[in-house]
Amino acid sequence: MDLDEGASGVVKKFMYVNRKAPYGTIYALEGLEVVLISAAFDQDVSLAFLDDGVYQLVKGQQTRGIEVKNFSPTYRALEGYDIEKLYVERESLEARGLTEGELIVPVEVMGRDEIVRRMEEQDVVIAF
Amino acid sequence: MLHIVNKSPFEKTTLASCLAHAGPGAAVLLIEDGVYGATKGNAVEDAVRGALGRTAVYALAPDLEARGMKDRVIEGVKTVDYEGFVDLVAEHKTSQSWL
Amino acid sequence: MKIGVMVNEGPYNHQASDTAYQFVKAALAKGHQIYRVFFYNDGVNNATKLTEPPQDDRHVVNRWSKLAQEHGLDLVVCVAAGLRRGLVEDNLAPGFRISGLGQLVEAGIQADRLVVFGD
Repeated sequence: MDLDEGASGVVKKFMYVNRKAPYGTIYALEGLEVVLISAAFDQDVSLAFLDDGVYQLVKGQQTRGIEVKNFSPTYRALEGYDIEKLYVERESLEARGLTEGELIVPVEVMGRDEIVRRMEEQDVVIAF
Repeated sequence: MLHIVNKSPFEKTTLASCLAHAGPGAAVLLIEDGVYGATKGNAVEDAVRGALGRTAVYALAPDLEARGMKDRVIEGVKTVDYEGFVDLVAEHKTSQSWL
Repeated sequence: MKIGVMVNEGPYNHQASDTAYQFVKAALAKGHQIYRVFFYNDGVNNATKLTEPPQDDRHVVNRWSKLAQEHGLDLVVCVAAGLRRGLVEDNLAPGFRISGLGQLVEAGIQADRLVVFGD
């Protein structure tokens, strides 16, 4: 991939930290919209899911009853945008009784120390 | 890295999560309702005191004053004004707001 | 230093816009450049000229407009978030402009720092 295609040839490490559950508030959905746009800028993008953010990735979301758009399939489309670094914090999954197999998309599950290490490598961190 | 927390630790688990993710050399800045986490004589004081050994903790003075909490700040937590907030942002390569 | 700012909550309901305003003022006073202020989520409501708070309260919208005028700030409202909430050119306050989310990412790339204010 040509890394010089960005706005100015600059490639920064962007991490989007997802800490909120879907539907109860709009943050998860509008956060995902930022992620999709950022794909056009050829930056080094990663997503971290921790705390209630792991609920965004749970399989089997059915939103017909609340008449709100189910945006969970969008996480599966991220690969098509070359956004492939999806990190999920193991402690957050375990605290919520979830396992990797219950998630809608392939992710890298990692411990909190590893999440912290990757967070600290970033140039820009936006948490939703 | 500068971590910014604006939630009361009695309402949300944000401060606990932030402190668990603040690596060595990180700084934590408490603003808005987050400044209640900088005060003593309450149920979260021990957790914040414990974090002080590992990370610098700051609280935004105008927010403490607005809430009548200015004289209750835990020893070791430094208070800053908005210009101090700007300095903290400038001193750290990245900031993360724990929204 | 070039600093980008993101505001994700509306005026009055949450302190985020007030804190962002004080932060921007302090940064300018210290000689920093504010690369852009980007309004997202309910933060787009900071840009409606229909806002009329009681006279003894601060006018959050006008305060941003005035600061933009005095310092040539680039106040950008996300078009998609604005449309969702009825914020369009017709009710846009002076000093703000409507543009795409790319303006946020670009601020992240171009500015030395990006600071987010929200809930």
